[in-house]
Amino acid sequence: MAGLGRFGAGAFVAPALALIGLFLVFPALWTIYLGMTDYRLTGLQAVDPSFVGLDNYEQILGDPAFWRSLRLTLVFVLASGIVGQSLLGFAIAWALRRLTGWLKSVVETLVLAAWVIPASVASFLWIALLDRRGGTLNEILGTQGTAWLIEHPMAMIIIFNIWVGTAFSMLLFSSALASVPPSQLESARMAGASGWQQLRDVVIPNIRGHILTNTLLITLWTFNTFTPYLVTAGGPNGASEILAVYIYNTAIPGGQLGVGAAISLIMLLINLVIALGYLRVGRARAARPAEATAAETAGGAATS
Amino acid sequence: MAAITTHALVKEYPGGVRGVDGVDIAIADGEFFALLGPSGCGKTTLLRSIAGLETITEGQLLIGDRDVTRLEPGQRGVAMVFQDYALFPHMDVADNIAYPLKIRRQPRSARRGVASEVGDGLSLTGLMERRPGQLSGGQQQRVALARAVATRPEVLLLDEPLSNLDARLRLEARTFLKELQRELAVTTVFVTHDQAEALALADRIAVMSAGKLIQVGTPREVFAKPATTFVAGFIGSTPMNLLAARVEGGQVRLGSAVVPMPLDAVGAVTDGAEVVWGARPEYLGWSTTAVEGGVEAEVTVVENLGASVLVTAVAGADRLQLVLGEDDEPAPGSRGWVTVPPRRTLLFDAESGRRLDAERAREDAVAVDVAP
Repeated sequence: MAGLGRFGAGAFVAPALALIGLFLVFPALWTIYLGMTDYRLTGLQAVDPSFVGLDNYEQILGDPAFWRSLRLTLVFVLASGIVGQSLLGFAIAWALRRLTGWLKSVVETLVLAAWVIPASVASFLWIALLDRRGGTLNEILGTQGTAWLIEHPMAMIIIFNIWVGTAFSMLLFSSALASVPPSQLESARMAGASGWQQLRDVVIPNIRGHILTNTLLITLWTFNTFTPYLVTAGGPNGASEILAVYIYNTAIPGGQLGVGAAISLIMLLINLVIALGYLRVGRARAARPAEATAAETAGGAATS
Repeated sequence: MAAITTHALVKEYPGGVRGVDGVDIAIADGEFFALLGPSGCGKTTLLRSIAGLETITEGQLLIGDRDVTRLEPGQRGVAMVFQDYALFPHMDVADNIAYPLKIRRQPRSARRGVASEVGDGLSLTGLMERRPGQLSGGQQQRVALARAVATRPEVLLLDEPLSNLDARLRLEARTFLKELQRELAVTTVFVTHDQAEALALADRIAVMSAGKLIQVGTPREVFAKPATTFVAGFIGSTPMNLLAARVEGGQVRLGSAVVPMPLDAVGAVTDGAEVVWGARPEYLGWSTTAVEGGVEAEVTVVENLGASVLVTAVAGADRLQLVLGEDDEPAPGSRGWVTVPPRRTLLFDAESGRRLDAERAREDAVAVDVAP
């Protein structure tokens, strides 16, 4: 604190701290408080909520709908995030590596377009694509009358989310692949390594830090995403009600703000566990400096 | 061990640029061969074409008796050491050395055995458990060499093998490389832009420019009898003096001075021909008294080279450089005569830049020479 002094430094940091306190810490604490009340959207408890202690948590943990939602969320995160977005993103990045010229630009633009289109527009596009009557997919396949969103709701939101989010993994892995020294790959080729062996022995060890960062971010984002609500609204009958949607359906249409707050807190705790788990893995791998930085960045993003 | 032969080898990049342009080369079994040239001359492209890292556009490449033009790098029996060594940072030294054996599905115990055996031969004993990041530059290079020779390749390729080492280590590594090559007797091709390195290491040197071979010869031939003014200017730590001249009455006129006809060129030139006269600074002498066939000049700059001095002298419009022993050092501003040994001077055609040589002229009359 040379030159500035404790007070001066504090003065510079104060506005940021005030904003963080107002918009992050206070709502979080408020959520904890709400989670222990019977606060409702309408009716008597909306005006005068009373303190109910851990009753909400008792109710949630005894509710099969919560456990189903949690299970659906895990499937959703694994299939659309870790497997879908990461693997597809890596595959596209790997394929684009050798591509040049207009074809590369076209593929990149298409993938990025899916990412930058506003969620409301993207979900409308998907509803139009999957509609039972007159949907594009049914037109193409000649399967008029197939209600994709009702018959396969989970599969559809998984594909939807892969479509929306793959661009991030692709971009991250593109830059990661660019950092792999070409001479190392060529060395492996000279030794007779196949494409797969080059991937295993050279590429993956070189981009391990990036893989960790990507998986952490994708896991958290997919875990928290609410966009599938715009496609299926959690239906039919809760069949695609992932946790974020479950909270919304409980708190707003269901009117139970207190219970909703309690589930939010549970979700926050799960997030923290995931983030800490990844950070641990990152530290245990001990440690090339580049990777440590990547893990820290990811940790920062996770807690915000 | 195998010879390398190319027939009209061409590597054309998209857009029509030719990195390698019709190269015919025959590298003998066990030879230590240098590809030398300024940056962008195609020497690295040629090396990478031999390695299989560049696809050959036209022509043929033989290693031993096998046509390997279209084979994958791993099937050519060729190993390569990259300029940056390209060691795998996440593997220890032993795993790095034995990596080609891992690809060949040899069991781990056999791999460790070969790694330590090869490593011992390259003074890497005791470093087997280290990661490349914990090694010095010279040690990293020896690991890369060990990895290349662990599979006993027929051909060893080295891309700028000494350029990543600091100056002092470079001399040491140079001697070491030459020793190793002799010991393994493996056909070795290396790329360098440093003419001193090529002269010191190679059995034969190919000088390249713009994707073509300009001259192939032993270091002595390339140094003493450069094929063109390009080679003459490129080879030698002090570049050859190249002056515009004219043939007059069996002698060579340089400005106001007349020097004797170079022995090689006797019979290859006609009177009145426009030529370029070439003489290496090391072969010129200095006299304070008038000499028949000498060039009168004034010393302008004297640069100390340790045991010798590099003298720049001006004769009319011409500048001459000569290397003299420390005992013969003239004072700047003094006048004298540059002495010219006719046996050590050369003539080049002023237009084509090719060396004029009576013997070569006769050979050319027999065989149509395709080199530029």
